[in-house]
Amino acid sequence: MTDSTPHSSETPASGPAVGQDEWVARHAERRLIRGGPLAPMEERLRAVPWWVWLTLFVGVMCLLPAVTASGYVRRVAFDTVLYMMLALGLNVVVGWGGLLDLGYVAFYGLGAYSYALLDSDQFHVHLPAYVAIPVVVVIGAIAGFLLGLPSRRLHGDYLAIVTLFFLQLFQTIATNGDSIFGHNVTGGAFGIFTVKPLHAFGHNLVVQHQGVFAVTYYFVALGFFALIYVALRFVNLSRTGRAWRSLREDPLAAEAMGMPVNALKLMSFAFGAAIAALTGTIFASLSASVLPLTFYFVLLITIYTMVILGGSGSMRGVVLGALVIGPLLELLRDPNKSRIIFYVALIGGLVFAFRRSRRLGIVVAATLAFGFVCHAIAGALHHSWIAGSADGGLQHVVSYWLIIPKHLAGWIPPVSYVGVICVALVLTLVHGRLRLVLLPPTLYLAAFVWDNVMLTQPDPARYIVLGLILIALMIIRPNGLLGERRVEIV
Amino acid sequence: MADKRLEIKGVSLNFGGLAVVADLDIDVNEGEIVSVIGPNGAGKTTLFNLITGIYRPDAGDIVLDGKSLVGLQPHQISQRGVSRTFQSLRLFLNMSVIENVMAAAYGNTHAGVFRSMLRTPGMRREEREIREFASQRLAFFGERLMGYRWDQPAYSLSYANRRRLEIARATATKPTLLLLDEPAAGMNPVETHEIAELIGRLRDEGGYTILVIEHDMHVVEGISDRVVALDHGVKIAEGTFDEVATNPRVVEAYLGTKAAATK
Repeated sequence: MTDSTPHSSETPASGPAVGQDEWVARHAERRLIRGGPLAPMEERLRAVPWWVWLTLFVGVMCLLPAVTASGYVRRVAFDTVLYMMLALGLNVVVGWGGLLDLGYVAFYGLGAYSYALLDSDQFHVHLPAYVAIPVVVVIGAIAGFLLGLPSRRLHGDYLAIVTLFFLQLFQTIATNGDSIFGHNVTGGAFGIFTVKPLHAFGHNLVVQHQGVFAVTYYFVALGFFALIYVALRFVNLSRTGRAWRSLREDPLAAEAMGMPVNALKLMSFAFGAAIAALTGTIFASLSASVLPLTFYFVLLITIYTMVILGGSGSMRGVVLGALVIGPLLELLRDPNKSRIIFYVALIGGLVFAFRRSRRLGIVVAATLAFGFVCHAIAGALHHSWIAGSADGGLQHVVSYWLIIPKHLAGWIPPVSYVGVICVALVLTLVHGRLRLVLLPPTLYLAAFVWDNVMLTQPDPARYIVLGLILIALMIIRPNGLLGERRVEIV
Repeated sequence: MADKRLEIKGVSLNFGGLAVVADLDIDVNEGEIVSVIGPNGAGKTTLFNLITGIYRPDAGDIVLDGKSLVGLQPHQISQRGVSRTFQSLRLFLNMSVIENVMAAAYGNTHAGVFRSMLRTPGMRREEREIREFASQRLAFFGERLMGYRWDQPAYSLSYANRRRLEIARATATKPTLLLLDEPAAGMNPVETHEIAELIGRLRDEGGYTILVIEHDMHVVEGISDRVVALDHGVKIAEGTFDEVATNPRVVEAYLGTKAAATK
C-alpha cells in the first residue's frame, strides 16, 4: 500500500520539500480576477469597514420620516425595525448556536407582557423605562436560561418539539391568565390594554402625536437596533461567538476542544431570549396593549422566514431578510401592489431560472402569445369573459392579456387553484423540451389564479406568496441571500 | 523515562453484552510517543474516546498526572491537558482556518460575554494574543496553512491540509498529552512521510507526549518509542516496534491463525 514511503525521517531527494505547497506557491496565478469596469469599485467597497455601513444604514433609515409624513409608512418602518431586532436575536440561537428554537416568539411575548405588568394599570405599577427595560431584559434572559436547562441535551427535531411546547405553554398561560389562583394577571384573551408608553424622569414618550404614529418610537427602536447590532457583532468575533459557531458545526468536536457545550447552549438561548424580550418592551409600550395571539405561529414563521431568506448565520443577511419581508408583507395587503409584486417576482424568477440563455426569450414570448390567443378565443366566445377589469391600473393593462371574467362561475376558483398546483408539480417532474412547452400555460394559469382567485382575499394570499418566495429561494440559493456557504459533507 | 503522564489502569467498557475494551493497562511516560495498533474493531478509537471522556469506563481508572479523569466532562478533560484529533475529520467546516484554531483556545482564555460586548481593552488584548497564538500553531506546518489561507473557510482545504488543521486545532488547547487518531489515513506516500516527521517535531519542539493510532507500519516504525497492540479490546503485545511486529499473537491478529501457522 505504501511501499514507497521512506522508512525513517530522511528527506527524499526529489519531490516537494516539507512544508511547501504548490497551491500556496502559485496562489497569485490561480486567483480569479474579476474583470470589467466594476471590479476596482467592488474591491474598494469591500474595504469599507463594517461600522461605516452600519452608520450609513441607520442614517438612511433615520431620514425616512423626513421623506414621508404618512403615519402608516412610519409605522411600517417601525415594525420593520422591530423585525430586524427579532431576526438578529433569533440569529444568535439558530444561526450561530445551531439550535432550532421554535419557542422564540414566546420570549418576545414574555418581554411584552413583563413590560405590560411593570408599567400599566393592571397592578398599578409604573416603573420608569430605565428600570423596566433592564428588568425585562433580565427576565427574558432568565426565561431563556430556564428553557435551556431541560433542553440542553437535546438537539435538532427533539429540541424543536420541546421549544414548540414552550410556545404553546406561554400561549395557554397568557390566554388563561385572567384567573391564576383567582388573580387576574395577564388579562386573558383580551390582554392588557392599559400599558403606558415609555417614560423616564417625568417625561412621557407619547405614542401618538395628534392621532398619528409618533416618530420618536421609530428612533428609539433604531437606537436599540444599532446597539444590539454592535454588541452582537462584538460577541460574534469573540471567544464566545467562535464557540457558538463551533457548537453549530460539530458539538462533539467543540466539547473535545475544551468548550463547555451545554453552558454555551444555555448562553445562546438566554442571549436570544433577552433580545426578544427587549424588542417586546418597545412593542408593548408603543401598542399600549398586549394580546396573547400576537405572539404566535404566524409571527414565528415570519421571523424564521426573514432569517432563512437573509441567510442564517449572517447578521447583514438577517437584517436584509427583515428589511425585505417586513415591508413586503404590508405591500401585499393591497391588491394592486400585490399584483405588481407578483408579476415582478414572476419575471424575476424566470430571469433567475434561465439566466441569459435563449430559452428565457422563448418562454416569455410563448407565454405572451399563449395569453393573447386565449384572450382572443375567450373574447370571441363570450364578451363577459374578458370584461372583469374595473379598477384601472396594472389590472387594466393586464386585462388585455389575461382572461378576467365579470362573474366567476363557482367551480372555477377551486378547479383552477388545484389545477395550477398540479401543473406546477408536473413541471418539477418533466425535463427538457416538455418542460419548456408546459411552462407558458402554467405561468398563464398561475396569473389567472392570482388575479381572479387569490387577490379577492389578499390577506391570506400574502402568506402564500411568502411561502412561494421561500421555496423558490431555497431552490436557487439554499443558504439565503447573504448567507455564508454552508457545507455539511466531510 | 521517569514521570508517568497517563496511566490507564484496568479499564473496561461494554456495549450491551459486548466487551469493547477489557481490563486494559497502558502507561504513557512524559515525552514519549506511543503507537496503538490493531485490526479494525480492536478498540483503539474507543480507547481514545475513553481517555477524552466521551465514554465513561465501566471499570478501572484513567489517571493523568496523578489525577483521575473518570467522570469528568470532555471539555474539563481538555482543560486538564488532553487534546485529540478525530479519525473521521471533525473540523468546523464553515468557519475560517484561523477561527478553527482560535476557537480551540476557548478553554485557556477568559473574556466573558459582557467584556466582549463592550470590547474592553483587556478583551482586545486577549483577542490579539489568541490570534497570535493561533498563527503560531498554524506556522508549525510551514507555508501550507499560512497567509491567505487563514481567512478561507475550512471546507476549502484539501484532505491532507484538513488533517494538518485538525492537529493545529488540537494543539491550540495547550495540551500536554496529544491523541492522534490515524493522522496518516488517506495520505499519499509523500504526505505520509511528512506526517511522520511532523509527529516527531511535535514531540521535540512542541514538547507534547503523544499517543497515536496508526495503521501505516512505516509510520509506526519511524516514530514510536513504544508500540501497544490491541485486539478485541485486549492488549496482546507491548514493546518496541520490532518486538511487537514479530510477536506471534500480533501476526495472528492481523493475518489470522492459518497464516501465522504457515509462516
